[in-house]
Amino acid sequence: MNASVNDQLDNTFEDPEQPTELVLGGHDFASITATVADIALERKTPLAWWLAIAFTGGLTGILFLMIGYLFIKGVGVWGLNNPVSWGWAIVNFVFWVGIGHAGTLISAILFLLRQKWRTGINRFAEAMTIFAVMCALIFPGIHVGRVWVVYWLFPIPNYQAMWPNFRSPLLWDVFAVGTYAIVSMLFWYMGMVPDLATFRDRAKGKVQRAIYGVLALGWTGSNRHWHRYEKAYLLLAGLATPLVLSVHSVVSFDFATAQLPGWHTTIFPPYFVAGAVFSGFAMVGTILIPVRHWYGLKSIITLHHLENMNKIILATGSMVGFAYATEFFIAWYGGNPNESFAFVNRAFGPYAWAYWIMVTCNVITPQLFWFKKIRTTIPVMWVMYIFVNIGMWFERFVITVSSLNRDFLPSSWAYYNPTIVDILTFAGSFGLFFTLVLLFIRFAPLVAIAEVKSVMPQADPHAPDPSVDGGAK
Amino acid sequence: MSKGNLYGLLTEFDNVKSLMRAAEQVRAKGFQNWDAHTPFAVHGLDKAMGIRGTRLPWLVLVGGITGLSLATLMQWWMNAVDYKFIISGKPFFGIPANIPVMFEITILLSAFGAFFGMWVLNDLPKWYHPLFTNKRFARVTQDRFFIVIEAKDPQFDRTKTRDFLATLGGLVVEEVNESAED
Repeated sequence: MNASVNDQLDNTFEDPEQPTELVLGGHDFASITATVADIALERKTPLAWWLAIAFTGGLTGILFLMIGYLFIKGVGVWGLNNPVSWGWAIVNFVFWVGIGHAGTLISAILFLLRQKWRTGINRFAEAMTIFAVMCALIFPGIHVGRVWVVYWLFPIPNYQAMWPNFRSPLLWDVFAVGTYAIVSMLFWYMGMVPDLATFRDRAKGKVQRAIYGVLALGWTGSNRHWHRYEKAYLLLAGLATPLVLSVHSVVSFDFATAQLPGWHTTIFPPYFVAGAVFSGFAMVGTILIPVRHWYGLKSIITLHHLENMNKIILATGSMVGFAYATEFFIAWYGGNPNESFAFVNRAFGPYAWAYWIMVTCNVITPQLFWFKKIRTTIPVMWVMYIFVNIGMWFERFVITVSSLNRDFLPSSWAYYNPTIVDILTFAGSFGLFFTLVLLFIRFAPLVAIAEVKSVMPQADPHAPDPSVDGGAK
Repeated sequence: MSKGNLYGLLTEFDNVKSLMRAAEQVRAKGFQNWDAHTPFAVHGLDKAMGIRGTRLPWLVLVGGITGLSLATLMQWWMNAVDYKFIISGKPFFGIPANIPVMFEITILLSAFGAFFGMWVLNDLPKWYHPLFTNKRFARVTQDRFFIVIEAKDPQFDRTKTRDFLATLGGLVVEEVNESAED
């Protein structure tokens, strides 16, 4: 097949009578394998990669320095005050957990909904999910004050013969996020095994082959194995679907079960889940666009994939905007003076600047995706993703800080400012996140090779064309 | 090369259609110890090979029930029996407050059932396999499809089976030994 012919094909135009081409560029099975595997196995590590990892590694170092400083000095090094006793640590936690929702949504929910386009991006999104959850888990871990007794969060026997309080949403969080981290990792690894076997069989060096060989667990592509593997994948997808919806619901309980106006609302679980998916897709897009460009994956992660992601961003962004409006309506309609004060304070009080950044980024930005031109223009959508990332961080900041800073007792009202330690810790968490992403790009199969092959026309044994070419050379 | 070391015979295909047709024929012959090896899960091949359903969902159910019971017992025993304390006037053990942890542990152990159960039923990890000694077989994770009939199959006959495989329209038919040494 001539590669140049359908490389230019516009697959964002959907014809209901024809399945959309998910892989462009006239690929066969062998060339798909080579395109993905050569990034890790053949290609010389680009200088830019070394520069990038040096930078993100440095930031990660700052993260650990800041954590060390916090452990030595205590949480007083942060800008917390009374009444704002939850600051950037919780904001960053919710921000990172939220980002960690896109991967499982793509791999589990879109799988159950038979969305074949997920195969191009699921591996990358899942990896990103796991790294984001790792970043998220740091913050509740370090914010407890007495970090040496952090194991009290778990039902582990201790010298005081006491057990955790299972009636607290903060403990539900430990179980929800912990389960989510473990299940996402199992799902990710299981999906990767056939591709690790591909790496094993293509690896040139002895060490390389041994490492990928051990990780591939002796996978032979046996169809009797594939049969159980597919069943396990379906079951895990079925389990991960309610799980992913539960995680951010439980995170929202941290706020919603409190008696504080601005937090104490029943809309929080669905609103948090929609926001999480919204921010997660924006982060996947932010990273995916440069990666597909630099690593020559444009024929596998096509414009069709990006456009579909933008549609999901539009849908979830509209849900988020609707939730903002509903909250305000209920604050007025509910007739509770404390509640309406909290919301007026949010929009016009000392944190009005943060509130309006949030509204601009999260309500206005996604609405632009109604236009196909914007949905399919790469530089524009990348800028929009950045706006969404910023907006969603501010959403958590607004919810946390603006509800706390003016509590029931006006004499204790105070303005909250982060310290340099807060800022560097947050910047450092980005360093850790991007370091892990860079390592993943360099060493692992960043596209689900086997799954992409299975959605190619050549994979269909009932294809009408009798001269189906499976890549024989 | 001694016959005792023979693992089986393989034949190679370069497209899904021929593999599928061949799998149907091998099945029709009544072979038992045989398998198809493919770079991805081929839709419809299970049916062509006559693979029956797996027990895996039952393992997941066992995991789920274990998780739910464990989480319920744990929360009840820890908060209502062994270490009672009053907090915000909440009951020591009340279903609504205990549902999130029950739910999460149910999911966790079900997922363990699916993940570990799948590997155990597949008899993996197993880092050595006779097929790895075959040079052609390295392409099974790229773009080639294989059918392998094992020597331990009751119907297996070195020449007859070889002749039968040759009629399936594959690219080659090769013998695979148990180990690379001979």
